[in-house]
Parts: sequence; structure tokens; C-alpha cells
Amino acid sequence: MTMQGMLYIALVFALVLGCAFPMGSYMAAIFEGRVTYLGPVENGFYKLAGVDPKRQMRWTDYAVTLLLLSLIHFLLLYAILRLQYYLPMNPLHITGMSPRLAFNTAASFTTNTNWQAYSPESQISNGAQVFGLVVHMFISAAAGISVAAAVMRAFTTGGMQTLGNFYVDLTRITLYLLLPVTIIAATLLVVAGAPQTFVQTLTAHTLDAGSQTIAIGPVAFQEAIKEFGTNGGGFFNANSAHPFENPNAWTNLLENWLDLVIGFGLPIAFGIMLKDKAQGRALMFAMAIILALGCVGTYAAEAGGNPLHIAAGVSATDGNMEGKDVRFGIPASTTFNVSATGTSTGAVDSFTDSYMPLGGAIPLFLMQLGEVTPGGVGSGFYTIIVFALLSVFVAGLMVGRTPEYLGKKVQAKEVKLAMLGVLILTIFILVGAGFSLMTKSGLGSLANAGPHGLTEMLYAWSSATENNGSAFAGVSADTPLLDYGLGSAMLFGRFAFLIPILAIAGSLAAKPKLSTSAGTFPTTGPLFIGLLIGVIIILGGLQYLPADTLGPLADQYLLAAGKTF
Amino acid sequence: MSITREIRPALSLVVLFTILTGFILPEVFTGAIQLALPFQANGSLLTVNGQVVGSALIGQNFTSAKYFQPRPSALTGTDAKGNSINTPYDASESGASNLGPASASLLQSVQQRVAAYQKAFGPGPVPADAVTTSGSGIDPDISLENALRQAPAVAAVRHLDAAKVTALVNQMAHGSVLGIVGTQHVNVLQLNLALDRMGAP
Repeated sequence: MTMQGMLYIALVFALVLGCAFPMGSYMAAIFEGRVTYLGPVENGFYKLAGVDPKRQMRWTDYAVTLLLLSLIHFLLLYAILRLQYYLPMNPLHITGMSPRLAFNTAASFTTNTNWQAYSPESQISNGAQVFGLVVHMFISAAAGISVAAAVMRAFTTGGMQTLGNFYVDLTRITLYLLLPVTIIAATLLVVAGAPQTFVQTLTAHTLDAGSQTIAIGPVAFQEAIKEFGTNGGGFFNANSAHPFENPNAWTNLLENWLDLVIGFGLPIAFGIMLKDKAQGRALMFAMAIILALGCVGTYAAEAGGNPLHIAAGVSATDGNMEGKDVRFGIPASTTFNVSATGTSTGAVDSFTDSYMPLGGAIPLFLMQLGEVTPGGVGSGFYTIIVFALLSVFVAGLMVGRTPEYLGKKVQAKEVKLAMLGVLILTIFILVGAGFSLMTKSGLGSLANAGPHGLTEMLYAWSSATENNGSAFAGVSADTPLLDYGLGSAMLFGRFAFLIPILAIAGSLAAKPKLSTSAGTFPTTGPLFIGLLIGVIIILGGLQYLPADTLGPLADQYLLAAGKTF
Repeated sequence: MSITREIRPALSLVVLFTILTGFILPEVFTGAIQLALPFQANGSLLTVNGQVVGSALIGQNFTSAKYFQPRPSALTGTDAKGNSINTPYDASESGASNLGPASASLLQSVQQRVAAYQKAFGPGPVPADAVTTSGSGIDPDISLENALRQAPAVAAVRHLDAAKVTALVNQMAHGSVLGIVGTQHVNVLQLNLALDRMGAP
């Protein structure tokens, strides 16, 4: 580790947290309907779609419309992937995906996961990427942020029966937030070298190795929304390690920023909507502290290098370079990957499967915590609200008072739904990974032996269920077991979690908003931030410790003892 | 509410956003950026005497001793008989080895590469990037230290003054800003092109 490496991490946090404030106030303005510069387009959409923008939805209507739109979009993507051979922009005549791979991929992009069981260069056409995957990158991100906006409204006043209008939220977030930033970021990426063309391959006559075929395409536009919407689906197999997706250290910094800025901005937006900014800042700092510890930990693990390789004659000061590209260096590589697992992006600029055991354990653990540091766009916010409710409940138990959060009484119904949300995903991850490792097919998918193989499978199920999409990429994911299993995990992880949250929001919205009194537990200071971090780690992470001990921890101890597999 | 009444708005929004973000915007953006930044938008292609020799961003394989050597690449493909073969720097694909830190096969590869590197470029600890595979499989760069270690041997093959080749490496090196953003590295294709311009071997 070097001082410069630590300063890089500090730089990323300074840029992201500094920008979270203006980004948060802009997002609050979007949620409250105060941004209108694309009014004609917006109203045109409502008119063509038959949407009444003044309609207010109860939580059940909000959930049903979201599920219906997601289902329609899922079916559309499934059809595009199956039929891509017959669709435009397929100069390489790539054939349609198999039913199971198309199911997995459609589930993956509908749920903002972007798990990629396919190899982009050979299994998907430019067309299917542009009008299939990229559209989902906008819509699934906007849907997540819409739910966050609905949850925010539940706390703003008392006695409300409705949470907003899903169609309006989705449209406004896409038009005013996702589109403008994507266009600016994509332009910057092209300036730095990311291509944007509808050609799919180039041929070069190399100096020393005959000819080279180079895959290319409309990369920059996809790359921008891939990061900004915490999607993560790479145009290429190597994802953000590919020089066309991420040409240099500056684009790497830009992509890292895009990844985090909505996630950290949402609690700020929440504070503005509550007219109590300190509440939003407290949530943001709890997220940031956990993520910062993760960044430092992974950087330390990778900067130390691989003792087995150092003993074999590799320089001891270069760190672990297996699976990393030279232009980024160790701190920027690790910070990128930790940011992409602390959010639900799952993009990688270096390959976590080849990280040191503890370097890979931190991204795994951040996903298992439930994606709240700061989590996926929207989903990270509504998940940390669950943890905040549980925190005030725990504090209420200690002092024997009915817990309140932001003036809303937290009662048995909300606490039950919150715990349901936390536990439901754990079951999917642990049972899924355990079951897969008992089958021949599951074991056959592993690329590495020993505890590292166990980590690969645990990582896959954690990533799918928590809608992250990153992988210990050695796993062969296109098998019937993993295509259908992980595809179901993604759908379950998104929608079976989102519905209890909307139910909580509906229930809280209807309650009166109490004013703070001397007995109210303060939810802004260091005491609350500490309690919240504790609840996230204990309730969110503890149940995974036995499995993580058999995976990365065992891997670390055996490696330290010089054991190879 | 009735679900059937929601089908029209939900379906219409999916269609409208597919048209806007899947067709109109990518087309307009691509058209505009092709006009504004044609070099980057088309893959930063480098030409010598009118012939495309590669992309400034994509690494390519060099095996001849008269050239600086790139990093090992983990890319594999299949030959005509369906057997798995190494296809280093095949930029129609991309990817990493995904071998874990305690992998015996990775350790064996590193040991072999260390021995080969020390034989070619002299003893001493070997720069990590020279004996590990990259994340992309098409990493265009090597560390400055790695390039400087290779310089005397490349100069000897080309019958050039080692100091001149070393100076070229330093001149071609990309720096980092205050050691914080970026690394000190050299683009292998651009370095080898400059070397060819310096004088025939």
C-alpha cells in the first residue's frame, strides 16, 4: 500500500460525496415534479400511452403497474434474444440464444442485475445489445429509482393513501436524470477513445502476428448507462477491463463516479423531501463508511501481492497483477470493483476470481449485506430504509419505547415485513449455492478447486439474488442448472423484496406524522449511524459467516500455509 | 383498478422507450459523434503506409525478439479439430484466466514465465505485469519498469545503442498525475512502431 493509493480512494469519495449533494437536490426536484424542461416530450409520452399524470396510486397499484411493465419488457427482451438472427444490425449473423440462456439474460436485464451467462462478442448481435439490453439499462434503473421515490413520499406527511404514479416517475426519471447524464458521459468516453460505430468487426495487419480481428461496436453509449444505472452489463466479455469500454485511468475514474453518484445522492434527495437534510446525510454516511472500509481492505489485500508468486521471483512491490490491466494500477482496479459490488452494478475492470482470497471476500460480503453501500440505483435506498426501521426497532427494544422513524410509528407489521425482506434473500443464496454444490452439474461449472471453488458458487448465487451481476467469472454459467436457477434467483431477489418494501411504504404513508419530542430517538447523529452500521453488518451479514469461512477464509489460511490446488 | 386497463400504458411506455433509447438516441448519437470524433469513434486505428496495423487501444501479440514483448494473454479458442488452443491477443474475444490465487496451474505458469523472462532480460525480481495475464486479455500496455528491463535486449537484436532505445522508452512512457491517477506504462504497439521508425533491424 502507498500513500498515493490511499489518496486515490480519498479522491473517489471526495468526488462522489461532493457531487451527491447537487445530484440529490436535482433528483428531489424530479421526484417532486419541479423539473419540466422536456415538458413536450414528457406530455407526448403520456398522451400516446394513455397515462393520466395526475392520477395517484396506492401501494398496491404502484406494485402491480411496476410488475406488469416489467413482465411486458421481460417478454420483449426474451423475444429479441431468441430472434436476433432475423433482426437488424447483426452483420455477423449471430444465431438466436437458446431458451434457457434467453430466459437467464432477460431475467438478468429486467432486474437490473446484468449477470452475463453469454459471451457478448460471439453470442449477441449489436442490434440486440442496442435495442434490447440498453433499453433495459434505462428502464430497470428508472424502475428502481421510482420505487425509492415512492418510499420517500411515504415519510413526508401523515395520513396519505397514495405513493405517486409509477408511469410518471418512470418517465420523468428516464428523461430528466438518466438520459442527459448518459449522453454527456458517453461523449466524454468517446473523447477518451471508447468507440461508437455500428460496424461489428475490424481487421488489422499486425506488425508481428499476421492479422488481428477486433470486435467493436456502439460501445460508449452502452458503457455510460451501464455505469450510471448500476447495470453492469459489458459490451464485451472482459467488461470494463476491455480497453474499448474503459480506455484509460481517467475513464476508469469517470465510470467509478457514475457508478456511485445516484446511490449516494438518493439519501440526500430524501433529506430534501423530508425538509430535514440531516436525516439524509446520516444514511449517506453510514453507506459511505462501510464502502470506504471495503475499498481500503481490498486495496490492502491486492497491493500485498501473492506470496506464492513473490517466492517464485515476482517483484514484491507490484501487487497481485493477475487479471488486472496495467493502465489502471492496483488502487484504481480494486476501488472500481468494490464500488461496483457496493452498488449493484457488478461491472469489473479486473477479475475478482483472481483476487487474493480476502480481496475477493470483501466484494462478496458487500453483496451479501444486501446491496446498501450505496446499493443499486433506488434499490440501495429502499433497502437501507429497511435497515433503518430495524435499527430504530432495536433501539426501541433497548429503552422500552414504541419505535418511531421520521415521525412514523414502526409497529409489528412493518418489522415483520422488514425481517421478511432480509431473510427471504438469505435463504435463496445459501440454499441455492449449497444445492448447486451437491450436484454434478454445479461442480462441473467450477473453474477452480478447493475452497476457491466454493467461493465461486457462493459468489454466483449472492450476485444473482442481490441483483449485482458481477461474477467470479471462471464459473461456466450457461448450464441448465445455473441458467434457470440463477435466473429465478434474480427475479425473486428483485420482486419478492420490492413488494414487502412497497407494502411497508403504503402502511407508513397512512400513519399520522408525529412531531419529535424529548423521547424521540435521534436518527441523525453518530450514535444512530453506528447503530445502523451495526444492524447492517449483524442482521445483513452474520448469517453468511459460516459459508464465507469455508470459502474465502479457508482459502486465505491454506494459501498462507503454501497449499495450492 | 383492473389489470387489463393497465396493459395499454405499460405496453405503450415499453414501446416508446424502446424507440427513444433503443433506436433514435443511439442512431443520432452515433451519427453526431462519428462526425465530431471519427478517429476515436472508429476504434483509434493506427495506419502505416495506408494500411491498418492495429488499434492504439488494443494490444497485439509480438513474438519476435526484435520487438518489445506484451504481457501474457489468457485468451483461448478452438482449432479446426475442436481442441482448445491459446489465442493470445485475439481481439475478437476478451477475458481473463480467472485462476484463483492458490491455483497450482497459475503458479506453474508464473514460474515458467519468470524463468523465461530472467533468461531473456537478466536476473532479479520480475515485474508482476510481465508474468501475469491481464483482465482484458488484450492489455495494450506494459509497465515502464518492464519496458526498461527489455530495452537492452531489444537494442542488441537491432544493433542499436541501448541508451537510445532506453531513451525512446522513456519518451513514449505515459505518466501518472501525482502518482494518484494512472500508472507509469508504455503502449507496446506504439513503442514498437516507433522502434521500427528508428531504424531497420
